[in-house]
Amino acid sequence: MHEPKSPYKERAQAAFASISATPGVAKPDPIIIANNVLRQFGGLTAVNVEHVEIQRGSITALIGPNGAGKTTFFNLLTGFDSVNEGTWTLNGEQISGTPPHKVARKGMVRTFQLTKALFRLTVLDNMRLAAAHQRGESFIRGLFPAIWKRQEAEITAQAEELLTRFKLIDKKNDFAAALSGGQRKLLEMARALMVKPEIVMLDEPMAGVNPALKQSLLGHIKDLRDEGMTVLFVEHDMDMVRDISDWVIVMAEGKIVAEGAPDSVMGNQAVIDAYLGAHHDLSLEEGR
Amino acid sequence: MDFLFITQQSLSAAIGVNTIIFALAAIGLNMHFGYTGLLNFGQAGFLAVGAYSVAVAVVSFNVSLWLALLIGIANSVILALLLGVPTLRLRADYLAIVTIAAAEIIRQVARSATFNKTLGGSDGITGKFGKEFFDLNPFTSGLDLPFLRYTPNDLWVVVVGWILVAIILFLMWLLVNSPWGRLLKAIREDEDAVRSLGKNVYLYKIQSLIAGGVIGSIGGFVYALSRQSVQPDNYGTALTFFAYTVLILGGAARVMAPVAGAIIFWFLLVFVEQLLRQAVSAGYIPEWLIGVNQVGQIRFMLVGLGLMLLMIFRPQGIFGDRKELALDARA
Repeated sequence: MHEPKSPYKERAQAAFASISATPGVAKPDPIIIANNVLRQFGGLTAVNVEHVEIQRGSITALIGPNGAGKTTFFNLLTGFDSVNEGTWTLNGEQISGTPPHKVARKGMVRTFQLTKALFRLTVLDNMRLAAAHQRGESFIRGLFPAIWKRQEAEITAQAEELLTRFKLIDKKNDFAAALSGGQRKLLEMARALMVKPEIVMLDEPMAGVNPALKQSLLGHIKDLRDEGMTVLFVEHDMDMVRDISDWVIVMAEGKIVAEGAPDSVMGNQAVIDAYLGAHHDLSLEEGR
Repeated sequence: MDFLFITQQSLSAAIGVNTIIFALAAIGLNMHFGYTGLLNFGQAGFLAVGAYSVAVAVVSFNVSLWLALLIGIANSVILALLLGVPTLRLRADYLAIVTIAAAEIIRQVARSATFNKTLGGSDGITGKFGKEFFDLNPFTSGLDLPFLRYTPNDLWVVVVGWILVAIILFLMWLLVNSPWGRLLKAIREDEDAVRSLGKNVYLYKIQSLIAGGVIGSIGGFVYALSRQSVQPDNYGTALTFFAYTVLILGGAARVMAPVAGAIIFWFLLVFVEQLLRQAVSAGYIPEWLIGVNQVGQIRFMLVGLGLMLLMIFRPQGIFGDRKELALDARA
């Protein structure tokens, strides 16, 4: 069932070969390092992560039962929510407490669990919007098309290239609202790439996507890694996690309870406990 | 019944001073609500600030009218900052609450006895503060056509007003078709998505609030200059909601919509009033049903009814695209 491994996958996995599968383990080349991240909602501790590192150039999956704090942790890292305590760095630069738009400018771009396509903008405008450093984004310069027309043409070319790759080019002049749920996921991912990120954070990229489109989404996520980007994603679909991730981090009740290579981590007792504790009806080995 | 008179009155109103004022107020709202999704319920406040800045500066402080206009624009920028800085980080509803309250505060302060000397209290300020403007009037006689009638001063205001509207619409058209405008529209659709792409949403919302507010205060200039007087109660919440009516009538997020909306609104308002007035005095409508003094209120009811019908049968407004409305269903 496994396709031939790509050289990128091997390289990414080789980086993990020498490290032990323990929660919070140090990685050879971390892009994100987080320390003592605590987020409480009243009496409820949503996230309490002592230490975690995300390896550069790899696909890391963040899994865990519902309510484990995965999305909250995502929101914290990307600046959409603020912590009670804790710090984290991106490329060695501290970014905790940075507002979301600045986080994105530093190269960390996210997508959302409930897809945020900009409905009454065309697919092409959704894409063009995301390009960084646009001259016409200033009020005064916006008034003079001569200043931004050429850059706009470059951005359009870039956007069309990405849309072609994501097979959305036929829809470029449609409103984003006219896309199907799966196509919106594709659009959101393609749009994130317009920012030219270093690390892409995908919050449940497969939720509500039909099986045919799933395969193409999987391919696109692998492509991101193969182009040198780091991918961190939250997912419930275990087949997908097994298929594409190089490393898996398991959260339960706000803590990181296990880490490891996809095949080994799913046999880990702590993981099984975490899932069974919350969902008695879920078998990780279902269908194997 | 004198249908020629009714037509003359209605058409003169349709492209008249009030239409210009409401078009400007609605163009500002179009920037706020139509393009950025900001619920500004205090547009009357911006018009009041524009109108009062001119009147107070010229009458109470003897400033030249042209400087007074600049002061008016500066004041409306300050008002936009005051309203926007604390609220635009919060959810959309907060801006709505703060703006409607602020507009009322401005009106109440303007009519308060405490500032009677400078702001004129509930009587407002009347005086020749538009003199410098009307000195430039090249029209020695007014317009007296069968279908259109203006005094020389009104004609001058109308001509300058429409030139102003045309310039502002042109700038607006440039802006909304620029990457800046695209950002505003994106913010209207989903702020968080725009943030996640590295754009400073807060900054753009403030810029939009300022730009729309300044356009509104230019409407206030026209209001004040055309009448050579300012009265606090002209700037009540009704003004804001009529401006919204005008905008939605034309179709939000369409550059030309406020102008079309304002023309239709004022045409209908005056047409219905004149028709009723003549029908009552000619005896077509019995006195016990509608008295002459009630015409003013009845016209608003009838126009309201007409607007309701329009919203039922053409909810997207004159220029809107019905398909776009359906897109709002979040799925």
